[in-house]
Amino acid sequence: MRMELIQPFLNSADAVLAQGLESAVTIDNLTMDEQAYRRKGIAAEVSLSGDVEGRIIFDADEKAATSFASRLAGAELSSTDDLVREAVCELANQIIGNAVTVLNDQGFHFRVHPPSIHTSEQGSKSSEDTEAVVLCFSTVRGKVYMNVALRYHQRSLEQAAAGR
Amino acid sequence: MEQFAPVKRSGDNQPVRYLIVDDSVFARKNLSKMVESFGGQVVGEAGDGVTAITEYDRLTPDIVLMDITMPQMEGIEAAEKIVQQHPAARIVMVSSVGYQENIVAALQRGARHFVQKPVKPEVLYEIIKYVMRDDQASPQTAGAAGAGA
Repeated sequence: MRMELIQPFLNSADAVLAQGLESAVTIDNLTMDEQAYRRKGIAAEVSLSGDVEGRIIFDADEKAATSFASRLAGAELSSTDDLVREAVCELANQIIGNAVTVLNDQGFHFRVHPPSIHTSEQGSKSSEDTEAVVLCFSTVRGKVYMNVALRYHQRSLEQAAAGR
Repeated sequence: MEQFAPVKRSGDNQPVRYLIVDDSVFARKNLSKMVESFGGQVVGEAGDGVTAITEYDRLTPDIVLMDITMPQMEGIEAAEKIVQQHPAARIVMVSSVGYQENIVAALQRGARHFVQKPVKPEVLYEIIKYVMRDDQASPQTAGAAGAGA
């Protein structure tokens, strides 16, 4: 996967998490994931379709997710509270929406689908044409992961080639 | 949360009445807290565009805060349908997806303003003040004036 697709997600996660938590966020590492994705805590999945298609899983360990949600809700929540899952979905929505905004302004056109809670322990494996990249962030509230598996739509590639 | 000088309806000096439309309960709660810190009153909530239309008809709020990406009917389509029925409706789109085409489409279909998530309270506050500047033409105020005439 090209860096031009990944960079907006890195920047957006950094900005949204830092604003929401009012503290610095560091990017620990960025790795290719060839195995099926293993959920770390409370995760939300967002699908994209259009010039670029695939899915992004936003995943926060349970302690971090509960802490984020409590911070953003302004009240102490327990990890079993539905509001914690809602908060993870909303954070995923904001991070991915902001990244998509940047990609769209760069000429990629696609549709973002509403986030849903990713409940299975494992996600699908990456494939030859859909590589997955895992971004790991450290925040004051804990670790956050984003598994980004996107590919260029075949028709878009053909149009780009024909345009050259 | 920071408190702001209350934004009131100029016609009757009552709190601004809001309908908040977002498929995320969490986002609705956050926006509710924000508008309450502006002295506003949340009179209704909706989780999709279809419900937003029926709730608007029922409540005629002063301002609608409307998400874009939602199930059943997206926010831009719902905004268009509300404005067709209620040309004075004040709809502010609130979405994490803020690219130019989306903003232009929303404004062309009748939204008054656009704010990108994550929403900063001070930004939304200024937008609310701007959108309420014409509040003499508010549906509530107009209705009250008509009843008294």
